[in-house]
Amino acid sequence: MQAKDIAALLNEPACEHNTKSKSGCARPKPGATAGGCSFDGAQIALLPIADVAHIVHGPIACAGSSWEGRGTRSSGPTLFRTGMTTDLTEQDVIMGRGEKRLYHAIKQAVEGYSPAAVFVYNTCVPALIGDDIGAVCKAAEEKFGVPCVPVDCAGFYGTKNLGNRIAGDAMFKHVVGTAEPLPVPPEAQRPGITVHDVNLIGEYNIAGEFWNVAPLFDELGLRILCTLSGDGRFREVQTMHRAEANMVVCAKALLNVARKLQTDYKTPYFEGSFYGVTDTSMAFREFAKLLNDPSLTERTEALIAREEATINAALEPWRDKLRGKRVLLYTGGVKSWSIVSALQDLGLEVVATGTNKSTEEDKARIREIMGDKTRMITDGSPKALLGAVKEYQADILIAGGRNMYTALKARIPFLDINQEREFGYEGYSGMIELARQLALTMHSPVWPAVRKPAPWAKPGVPGVELGA
Amino acid sequence: MAEILKRNKALAVNPLKASQPVGASLAFLGINRAIPMLHGSQGCTAFGKVFFVRHFREPIPLQTTAMDQVSTVMSADENVILGLKSICEKSNPALIGLPTTSLSETQGTDIKRLVKEFYAAHPEFAHIPIVPVNAPDFSGCLESGFALAVKAILETLLPQQDPHPNPLPPAGEGTNVKSNVGRRKKQVNVLAASMLTPGDVEHIKELIEAFGLRPLVLPDLGDSLDGHLTAMDSSPVTVGGTPVGDIASMGESIATLVLGNSLFEAADYLKEQTGVPDYRFDSLMGLDAVDSFVATLAEISGKPVPEKIERQRAQLQDAMVDAHFMLGFARVAIAADADLLYGMARLVTEMGCDVVAAVAPARANILNDVEAEQVAIGDLEDLEIAAKRNGAQFIISNSHAVQTARRLGIPLLRAGFPQYDFIGGYQRLWVGYKGTRQALFDMANMMMEQHGQHEAEPFVSIYQRTSKNVANKLPRPLAGEGWGEGRGGLAQ
Repeated sequence: MQAKDIAALLNEPACEHNTKSKSGCARPKPGATAGGCSFDGAQIALLPIADVAHIVHGPIACAGSSWEGRGTRSSGPTLFRTGMTTDLTEQDVIMGRGEKRLYHAIKQAVEGYSPAAVFVYNTCVPALIGDDIGAVCKAAEEKFGVPCVPVDCAGFYGTKNLGNRIAGDAMFKHVVGTAEPLPVPPEAQRPGITVHDVNLIGEYNIAGEFWNVAPLFDELGLRILCTLSGDGRFREVQTMHRAEANMVVCAKALLNVARKLQTDYKTPYFEGSFYGVTDTSMAFREFAKLLNDPSLTERTEALIAREEATINAALEPWRDKLRGKRVLLYTGGVKSWSIVSALQDLGLEVVATGTNKSTEEDKARIREIMGDKTRMITDGSPKALLGAVKEYQADILIAGGRNMYTALKARIPFLDINQEREFGYEGYSGMIELARQLALTMHSPVWPAVRKPAPWAKPGVPGVELGA
Repeated sequence: MAEILKRNKALAVNPLKASQPVGASLAFLGINRAIPMLHGSQGCTAFGKVFFVRHFREPIPLQTTAMDQVSTVMSADENVILGLKSICEKSNPALIGLPTTSLSETQGTDIKRLVKEFYAAHPEFAHIPIVPVNAPDFSGCLESGFALAVKAILETLLPQQDPHPNPLPPAGEGTNVKSNVGRRKKQVNVLAASMLTPGDVEHIKELIEAFGLRPLVLPDLGDSLDGHLTAMDSSPVTVGGTPVGDIASMGESIATLVLGNSLFEAADYLKEQTGVPDYRFDSLMGLDAVDSFVATLAEISGKPVPEKIERQRAQLQDAMVDAHFMLGFARVAIAADADLLYGMARLVTEMGCDVVAAVAPARANILNDVEAEQVAIGDLEDLEIAAKRNGAQFIISNSHAVQTARRLGIPLLRAGFPQYDFIGGYQRLWVGYKGTRQALFDMANMMMEQHGQHEAEPFVSIYQRTSKNVANKLPRPLAGEGWGEGRGGLAQ
């Protein structure tokens, strides 16, 4: 990938990061950098496409430490869980045999696993020695008759965020618009309901959580042409251009796909989230607004009223356990506010939130939701986070998995909200699971037990303070 | 002697291999107040970090030189200098490990020169040892990366020549008058390979201490990654592990115990530099292996084997007798790094099992000695095919083999890296009489749980179908009509 292509991807016009500073584009600092690379981001964005053979082209480090690392679920094919890599050797690198190995690797994947398509992820070493994965994919596609998509995402190109965009760009360039949706099956038609086609972009079905929401789409007559990429299929991605409305779910990651669908196919989009009662309802309302179908609007309002009443009743016993508890939220970008509404719905008080990766718009939104008193935290080092927990007297830290052991080592209750997690929180019914997990950790009897000194310990010996 | 089957396909499917840089990092994580920094792109470190966090369920200090597009094309030398400076300033570590990756190796980095340049530019950090190690992921695997780092630690931290001539005469009748060997009369060096869990290392230390000796373990994962809550809330460097200051004293020990074939090269270096006699062990699993280890401890210490250990041995023997019914002729599939593969294969064959599928991710000397007809250099797809063909009854491998085991319909005993779907795997005790005994119990139980496979098919006489109330049941074919099919063949 050339420097100008990378610059073009970084310069995503629909992303508010651009209007302020290029925070996504700052050069990483040696010795003081956390977070994944472009390959990581690209793989995260596309791996959930379940019927594709995902081949990582490079030496073992890239695939070896990362395969099967995702909590995403498929309702059918499981090919995406099969780890595939060219596992380049020293000889391959020295002799320039990478392209040849890749070609044969694609052949082996096609013959052994009959994938709907093959995605080839480029990594640092082949990018550095100049393997032309585009040419190999083209040759393989012609020879083996299976679509082969190059995803040029070497780690040194930049951050995870850039990798997300590279992935979206690859889908838009090579896949979207190459097939037409199937007609709606007659048995799925219901009188009085016009079926509308929509896409969800940046929804990953972590722990199967989207299945909490999916039945409601059916009920409203919204057909999801494609979820990019949770529980996705290659053919669905091909048909994305035919949607009438798109929702960018809870992440800026694949915003470029939504923007390009808007410019090239005039499909309107909105940004939303399925975390929390309020946001879930808002997402359905947005769809109804964009699709401009009075019957849909009416049915949407009825559905929202029904679901909110049900869930509010079901949450009541949980609210008693959670009311007034103080939360410190540390997560990137959009989640800094989208999860806030879910927590407020449960009666928790968010005392501070991380805004390291948030845009000015995100921050404005945070103030709007949480009031001016809310503290915004930019330093995410373990020391700073623990300091903030203490300062704001938080009862729980909610953050990504990488901060889990920061909290646990300091004997602080924790909830994981990132992509590796085991539990799904989306939609109305996901709120029950969220409440359960929050109560489970905050009310656990292990905390007083591990904060207590041993019976023989003398006062004044080093240890953690009691309380909290 | 096992036949080694070379990798024969372009695509690795369901990789077994973890990379050399990850293995090298692990060795540094066994040094007290240390932090490894990978010279590569930020993803090399991020993936490695997640790999270990999920396995150990611990915060893992690991940094990166964060090579980006400009530094990859122009030069990343400055990244190394800046990275080292940043870590020294911020964290004041006792040691920095500096493994390369295939990215920086392909670029052609000269990592040892960069360390010299760093000290020249920043003499204020001369007291912080930095250990460079060439560990590209296009060769080897986790185990070899770990071994390379252990050797590099010795190369950096052992006094190259004797800077302080020994005023005391050497303990032995050695010819080398300058030798310090045996100055510390109770100190025993232990080089501990990557096949050993923190739980293993802990137990090995207990065994050594039981003979009145003081173990100096390198690297000591048993002290740094055993999973314990401390008074400290957070730390940017490792908490526990081999104290850096102790490593220089390894030349004064009375003996070195080398645990794992992968460390033999590092052991050669240690012996050459110090003259400390060493005792080498390929495995510490199974009666014979543990016997020779314990006998060595008795020899070194000159003390009898403590009663407690005798008792553990007797317990293992009892377990062997109990478990042999389940494990005799059991068909076992094993996929692991070479040392672990060798140890597991030896353990199960000593119980009368057959290793019907053996896979290692990369070549190693010890593979020739694995107790199996063939050892494939390959991945979990190779394991799956061989296990299926040969009717394996259980698998020993890491968490990635869960899917394999499910597809084959047989149980999995988790061992090696990574174990992300299993709590406590990181500290499980495998070695010694104690660890072996528990391993035998677990394997025997896996065999018993697959009940029914030795039983005859129920048979109901055509005259009794009414009285036995099984009217709908088809009679089993009589002799000659497929009788005996399925016996001794595949379990599936």
